[in-house]
Amino acid sequence: MTATLSRRGFLKSAAAATAVLYVGATADGVAAASGSADAMLNPFVKIDSNGNVIAIIKHFEKGQGPATGLSTLIAEELGVTMDQIGYEFAPSDPQVYNNLFFGPFQGTGGSTAMANSWMQYRTAGANAREMLIKAAAQAWGVDPAGLDLQEGMIIGAGNSAPLGEFVAAAAGIAPSETPRLRDASEWKIIGNEATRRLDSPIKVNGQAKFAMDVHLPNQMVVMIKRTPQRGGLVASFDDSAAKEVKGFIMAMPLPTNHGVAVYAENTWAAMQARAAIEVDWDMSAAEARSSAEIRDEVMAALEAAPVYNVNKADRAGISAAVDDAVTVVERTFYFPLLAHAPMEPLNCTIEQTAEGDIVLHDGAQMPTGPHMAYQQIFQLPPEKIHIKTMLAGGSFGRRATPDADYQVEAGLAFVMTDRSRPVKLVWDREDDIRGGYYRPAAGHKVRIGLDGDGNIAAWEHQVAGQSIMKGTAFEAMAVQDGIDHSTVEGLADNPYAIPNMAVGLTDTEKATSVLWWRSVGHTHTAYVMEVMMDLAAKAAGRDPVEFRLAYLTGSKDAERKAGVLKLAAEKGNWGNPAAGHVQGIAVHKSFGSFVAEVVEVSGTPEDGIQIEKVTAAVDCGIAVNPDVIRAQTEGAIGYGIGHAMRDQITLDGGAVEQSNFPDYEPLRISDIKAIETHIVASAEAPTGIGEPGTPPSAPALANAIAQLDVQVAELPMSENGVSFV
Amino acid sequence: MAISLKLNGETHTVEAEPGTPLLWVIRDELKLTGTKFGCGVASCGACTVHMDGEPVRSCQTYIEDVEGTEITTIEKMEEDKVGAAVQQAWRELDVVQCGYCQSGQIMSAVGLLRENATPTAEEVDEYMYGNACRCATYQRIRAGVLRASEILEA
Repeated sequence: MTATLSRRGFLKSAAAATAVLYVGATADGVAAASGSADAMLNPFVKIDSNGNVIAIIKHFEKGQGPATGLSTLIAEELGVTMDQIGYEFAPSDPQVYNNLFFGPFQGTGGSTAMANSWMQYRTAGANAREMLIKAAAQAWGVDPAGLDLQEGMIIGAGNSAPLGEFVAAAAGIAPSETPRLRDASEWKIIGNEATRRLDSPIKVNGQAKFAMDVHLPNQMVVMIKRTPQRGGLVASFDDSAAKEVKGFIMAMPLPTNHGVAVYAENTWAAMQARAAIEVDWDMSAAEARSSAEIRDEVMAALEAAPVYNVNKADRAGISAAVDDAVTVVERTFYFPLLAHAPMEPLNCTIEQTAEGDIVLHDGAQMPTGPHMAYQQIFQLPPEKIHIKTMLAGGSFGRRATPDADYQVEAGLAFVMTDRSRPVKLVWDREDDIRGGYYRPAAGHKVRIGLDGDGNIAAWEHQVAGQSIMKGTAFEAMAVQDGIDHSTVEGLADNPYAIPNMAVGLTDTEKATSVLWWRSVGHTHTAYVMEVMMDLAAKAAGRDPVEFRLAYLTGSKDAERKAGVLKLAAEKGNWGNPAAGHVQGIAVHKSFGSFVAEVVEVSGTPEDGIQIEKVTAAVDCGIAVNPDVIRAQTEGAIGYGIGHAMRDQITLDGGAVEQSNFPDYEPLRISDIKAIETHIVASAEAPTGIGEPGTPPSAPALANAIAQLDVQVAELPMSENGVSFV
Repeated sequence: MAISLKLNGETHTVEAEPGTPLLWVIRDELKLTGTKFGCGVASCGACTVHMDGEPVRSCQTYIEDVEGTEITTIEKMEEDKVGAAVQQAWRELDVVQCGYCQSGQIMSAVGLLRENATPTAEEVDEYMYGNACRCATYQRIRAGVLRASEILEA
């Protein structure tokens, strides 16, 4: 998506909305308190005559920072401080608030929030500034070229007035075709280390409202008694014991028969009633496989010829070249299913208005998904369905499912009632851990041939795993020639200039529903690439950093990747660990960004490894909010390392064996003693940062542990020969 | 049964069956939603509140056991000297990401600082071990507690 297209798309939508003048109360309370008129200067900025500026955020906030980031862009271009701007989440409208990288689809994912909004929100802020300045210039009878907007004041030509004074007049001015964007030299907020998150204050005093905190008058709480094996159906159920639970209202099988909806007056009653309901399941069509069978299928696929030749390589020739090489490095890897386990269990609340409209209150990662699904469920046109996006307590991908799984569940639970009472669907942690939509299981088999000088002569790579995209609404977009790119991203398209590389792919059966999980395919491809690069370097008797750098030439991507590798090595004191420590390094490009990490550990795999320090170097283009970039990198490292250390989802006879945090143990505070993040100065347009810190984290840890002579080719590490302190 | 509950300095009479977790009385009956539901088995700490000044997991604290005690939630922390210092430190360092666990983190941090006004990093890790953060904001939580200690000592 080019900046030109983004800007054109913005202008079209801006023109359509400019005439709108809202009077009176708004949801945020700011304007309601002032009692004044709000001008919607364009779809992304709302200003009232008291000068309250509201950025309309089209991406949901799960902690990754778009509320602050997109507000930063508006504030910078408009000319207000971060203290002078607030934010609201946009309504569901795929024409106006779509992700510019997703087509006519509103949604957050793939670390695109800042990247796709960068020009759009700057342009919106610049347009609002120019409209206000034109209005002031008309009122003052001066040339607008001599005016500027700074810290909320329109100034110049001997005049000065707060921007609120010209809001009403500005609302009648057409937006410019080409508003002047402020030059980087003028930036005060973009790149400013001192900028704090706009959502910090409400998240430290209990005032932040997550979807789970929605409490509508007269609402019912619904929980679903679920089939223990995917595909199981309700044959019959007995709710006589539930009737003894105070607050139990009723129980009905879902129209799909995949579970029993249990309605109650409150959450605790719903939990108790659900526990008291006995269901006789028809498991004739249910999934019955176990993890060992899934693994066997993946491993068998790696031994057969791949179905897809991903990079159209001469596989036979490359295979022969590996056979003929002086040294061959070979490994087979396996990656288990993983749950996302966001801190806030899935939930949403649905109500019907007096006019018959449907309103969904949801930490909505992809509003267009439930918006479309609800048109079916409620047989309503899109304009009768509204989505109020609430703060989300994490996601890591889980709140975005192609089939809008939990929102559909809530819709079905609601449509079965007389709709006089709102329905709040609540999952508990057990529902979450056992509820499917896992990071797919995947295996890799790699054979690298090295020549007599220790250089890579040929690289034969095969992947087998469960396709995320196939069989979903995203298949047409994401699958080409049968190849689901999300299973192999980060391999053949890796910036390493690897000669004679062949990447093959075979899809394996989906024994459970699978989904993108923070950094998607890179969760396993980066691990394999980076562990193999270390093994190849070791076989060649070369330093892992020097070895990698030899393959990082000839393209801008390679240079940027080399840049973070060198910076991480320098800042992480590569080659000079503290006494008793060992180091590992990894570098990867994902979602347009480049991250290298040095992991330094103490201890031994037998007695327990302690992660002492992770030093990261990040190049994600222009650093809009540097501290948010650091925070995301810290979190992405923790997420990658925590799961690699000790997490997996396993099936026994089709049923998930884990159930809650005691057996799907989150990373804890003591697991990583320190993380340090360094950001490469860049003039490139911003790229993603929510995910790119995750891919290199686990392989950097594995490469450190490999210094202690334990090679981990199968995760989690704790089940494969490594103990942690 | 009717239960008398002293919460954030006010006495409430709530209807709840014995065995009802304090968490659900706070959230669903009293509509104070700063206290969060994360796991229901006392393994994440998102539901942490203070009972007579000591952090407890409200998902495993039953309503019949709270009579005669004083319960304090995140909503009251601004008025608490230690609570306000922790909140200030959290804002200064932008500890939060999604924020869902942070009420519980702060309630635990306040418990720690009341017990030990100048903890070491290791003592912070030890005390805060049971408070999970899926966003992995741990390094800032650790720094936040140490910063709050500085604020209080100043």
